[in-house]
Amino acid sequence: MFRNQYDSDVTVWSPQGRLHQVEYAMEAVKLGSAAVGIKNKTHAVLVALKRASSELSAHQKKIIPIDKHLGMAITGLTADARMLSRYMRTECLNYQYAHDSPLPVCRLIANVGNKMQSSTQRYDRRPYGVGLLVAGYDDQGPHIYQTCPSANFFDCKAMAMGARSQSARTYLEKHLLEFPECDKDELIRHGLRALSDTLPNEVELTVKNVSIGLVGEKTPFSILDEQETAVYLTSIEHEERRGGGSSGSKASKSSTQAAGEGGPQDPEVAVAMETD
Amino acid sequence: MAHFGFDRFSAGPLWHNGPAPGGIYNFPGRQVEDSGRFIERSKQPITTGTSVIAFKFDNGVEKGVAIASDMLGSYGSLARFRDCRRLFKVNNQIIIGAGGDYADFQYVQSMIEQKNIDDECLDDGFSMKPKAIYTWLTNVLYNRRSKMDPFWNNFVVAGIQDGEPYLGSIDKLGTAYVDNIIGTGLGMQIGVPLIREAIEKKPAMSKSEAQQLLVHTMEVLFYRDARSFPKYQIGIVTPDGVTISDPLYLDNQKWGFALYKK
Repeated sequence: MFRNQYDSDVTVWSPQGRLHQVEYAMEAVKLGSAAVGIKNKTHAVLVALKRASSELSAHQKKIIPIDKHLGMAITGLTADARMLSRYMRTECLNYQYAHDSPLPVCRLIANVGNKMQSSTQRYDRRPYGVGLLVAGYDDQGPHIYQTCPSANFFDCKAMAMGARSQSARTYLEKHLLEFPECDKDELIRHGLRALSDTLPNEVELTVKNVSIGLVGEKTPFSILDEQETAVYLTSIEHEERRGGGSSGSKASKSSTQAAGEGGPQDPEVAVAMETD
Repeated sequence: MAHFGFDRFSAGPLWHNGPAPGGIYNFPGRQVEDSGRFIERSKQPITTGTSVIAFKFDNGVEKGVAIASDMLGSYGSLARFRDCRRLFKVNNQIIIGAGGDYADFQYVQSMIEQKNIDDECLDDGFSMKPKAIYTWLTNVLYNRRSKMDPFWNNFVVAGIQDGEPYLGSIDKLGTAYVDNIIGTGLGMQIGVPLIREAIEKKPAMSKSEAQQLLVHTMEVLFYRDARSFPKYQIGIVTPDGVTISDPLYLDNQKWGFALYKK
């Protein structure tokens, strides 16, 4: 059952100085479907790929609204995300009640980071198996934050996470300088293009499997409905499909192979942050 | 557990006036340490400040809020302390003025200063805005009145909220409102009508005109309010920042209207 003797609980170090349980939790994020977050000077956008567990079921919700000025895309264990979203909603509401103004995004994320950290340092708990991409707007402008099961969080210009998300990050890095100046519609299109790069060849973006969340200056957080989503999808429809990168899946494949062959040594878990 | 009283969390007594199960029997007639069962509440203010007056001004070039209060700490009708500062700077965009119990004011002031320190420690560039502190104070005061132990104060929050003047008032019951002109205590009865009249005559006032109007209002208040004092302070909040004056004095008092004066 165990792949080595140092991963039976979160508080035990491996001799290489690693916490395997935390690293395994980081892997859970890569199992979830991809999500992309980008911001310009006035807006922050989330674009996420929804999965349906079968032909008969509806697509699983990927974007959770937290407050008027804040929403997030989730990747990993949905149940854990619901715990965190409930916590975040409560924090926002309490601040709103006491001060009649929205909770600054960086403060909420710092609180979530602290909450997530506590479960990485106790033998009777496990890390949250979910990554969050938070899009928010406050007095300091739009924000994209990423949180990890390792309880790291990052203030990002743009970010993607989830299955095969390396291709999306490649797209984002390539177009990074265009984002601050482009308008809201172009920003959403960038998000959709980045997301479409994560798709396997046989899959396409549709109004059913795409979820778009938008927040910005005088724009409360909202998830676009199917009609609005369709407008953006048709606007990038004619574009040629770039070589769908599969580097993300390749990387995880090689890591499991290495682990399988491994004798008594540590399994080769991918680096703690897949964005490294 | 230090105290084995009867409360809704523990079992009832074993017999009449007896100890709760597991508790210790208190023999009658003995002095028993029982402080936890009594609650003290404020039933009146002790050392008090009188009115605070404030109003917004805006002439297109200069805009902000002007606020004034005198510096007397009254002990009943005794003019006991003559250097009580009742205006305080919260940050670069907020002044709070307080009337009523001076000790309660100092306590609330220390809470606000602690909030400021907490904000500063986070070092994220956010500081409290007037509306946030006004709402927070309203909640604090309403919470205390709901415990039947109010902070015996009138607070006036003057500030700049997103570039615009902001002025609000909260009393000891947690009753709160925002307005262009605010006076507390006798300042409401005597000061506000004077300011209202002056603003009707000249709606667009400069900073110095606003200051002059406050001086005049403080003078009239000093003539009519027996708990007031000729030493006072003026605070001005503009988008450029906060200034609170050094103590000012009402010179050239004209008591000619007083009938008893010989």
